Amino acid sequence: MITVKELTKRYARTIAVDQISFAVEKGQIVGFLGPNGAGKTTTMRMLTCFFPPTSGTATVAGFDVLEQPLEVKKRIGYLPETPPIYPEMSTSEYLDFVGKLKGLSGADLAKRIDYVCGRCAINDVKAKQLGKLSKGYRQRVGLAQAIIHNPEVLILDEPTAGLDPKQINETRELIKDLAGEHTIILSTHILPEVEQTCEQVIIIDKGKLVATDSVRNLQARARGAESVLVEVAGRKGNLEASSVQHRLEQVAGVSRVLCKQQMDSRAIFEVESKKGSSIRGDLARAVVESGWDLNELRPAAMSLEEVFLQLTGSEAASQQETPVEVQA
Amino acid sequence: MRNIWIICRKELGSYFVSPVAYILLIMFGLIFGFFFWNALGAFVFESIQSQMSGRSFPMNVNEWIIRPLLSNVSVIGLFFIPMITMRLFAEEKRTGTIELLATSPVRDIEIILGKWFASVVLYACLLLFTAVNFAFLFKYGNPDWKPLLIGYLGLLLQAGALLAIGTFISTLTKNQIIAGAVTFGACLLLWVLEWVSGYETATWARVLAYMSVITHFESFGKGVLDSKDAVFYLTVIFLGLFFTARSMESLRWRS
Repeated sequence: MITVKELTKRYARTIAVDQISFAVEKGQIVGFLGPNGAGKTTTMRMLTCFFPPTSGTATVAGFDVLEQPLEVKKRIGYLPETPPIYPEMSTSEYLDFVGKLKGLSGADLAKRIDYVCGRCAINDVKAKQLGKLSKGYRQRVGLAQAIIHNPEVLILDEPTAGLDPKQINETRELIKDLAGEHTIILSTHILPEVEQTCEQVIIIDKGKLVATDSVRNLQARARGAESVLVEVAGRKGNLEASSVQHRLEQVAGVSRVLCKQQMDSRAIFEVESKKGSSIRGDLARAVVESGWDLNELRPAAMSLEEVFLQLTGSEAASQQETPVEVQA
Repeated sequence: MRNIWIICRKELGSYFVSPVAYILLIMFGLIFGFFFWNALGAFVFESIQSQMSGRSFPMNVNEWIIRPLLSNVSVIGLFFIPMITMRLFAEEKRTGTIELLATSPVRDIEIILGKWFASVVLYACLLLFTAVNFAFLFKYGNPDWKPLLIGYLGLLLQAGALLAIGTFISTLTKNQIIAGAVTFGACLLLWVLEWVSGYETATWARVLAYMSVITHFESFGKGVLDSKDAVFYLTVIFLGLFFTARSMESLRWRS
């Protein structure tokens, strides 16, 4: 549905987006993840034909953003970071205006307005002036505006920014709901959002593509190794953590043991092993045979947050290696 | 065409939903009312004087009232035009709604024409106020209506040109005040340019005087439709809108 090849946006001095390539399948919901200033908005603006790329190509629904911008625009619904509303209009006037702008008219338009108002739960503010709406309602009107012409592709720039937790949940649910009908790209710098709503992640940092994969694969890939959390308790009160650690290190396949927490009679260890080697059985046996109790043994799932930091952090580290000239 | 109309309707909506249009109409009505009352007073005074002195030269309503008033309107208009155009693009840029317009399936030129046309319509509404006053002249006097129509045509053309310049200036900034102030400066300059012709006859002075929007109104004010002047205004309209389009394009490249 969306194909991006070596897309680049260069400003006078800086490169905002540097040779990004990715593809999004029809019906997918893709998270566009990156710290602030990574180039998310710039990429989205190129996809929505707000401005043209410096080089590279992007096609949406088979139409090139440079060659046929009008065709692309017809097929895209876009919610910028701040909902593009006219404060002096009422909700229904606004949706009427946007609908007409997108090429709807007459009974079709009336039907779509009714539909999106129901869908985005804004029926009760239909007659209200947009300038007087709360942030949450404005965001929903913005979303209603984006889907009014039933576009094939939805592009949402930080759709949950500035909302309260309840509104954030509602918006996420709404976006998930919409996923069946539209291909969705949403940008965010909030990781749980991607974990909760998206199937696919595109991570960019400083204008460069860092990773693109499914959420699950990405977690596994960045881990590189599997790690297990083990909680061990001593039978008779005291437990010597160092001896447990020593014993665990001897288990075949273990590459590293970390003592994460130590209490009087209990200790929690994080045991890392090479990917693919299943060591949980051996660990359990080792603990029990040494006369300790095994309280807990579970795989430590890496949160996307850690994945993210690992991916973008290594990038930052490699850049720091280039010497910085400091005047003597 | 449909898109131009959609944009134009939306612009007119925001003029007339907010107090902007009404305040402009009231102020313009008051100012023009004063000018009208003044011109009428002077006319009555002169005609009584000429009767008392026995001179009975014919006093023409067109020449004594309509023509000076039309050129007054053309100058008053200079002050109102910045207030009409300053928000056209600056406001959209400030609130971010320009992103909605620019990512909708409409051409830039349709957006620009829609906005410019809305500003011309608002100016025409101001002119309608003056027509009410002139209607009294037709009730109690017997002026010729053709020069008046041509005068109105000239006013619309002149305003169209200045509004196109104002529209262009509004694309350059996010700040309405800046857009308004610069447009006002441009309007004022284009008015006083002709003053150089008072003391200088070199070519550069003639070129400057030619660029003055006011000099081209003189023939319209007299009720003469001079194609040279009409072409001047149409050229300025075209150039103004052309630069607006270029500016919008560069907005996309830069931002």
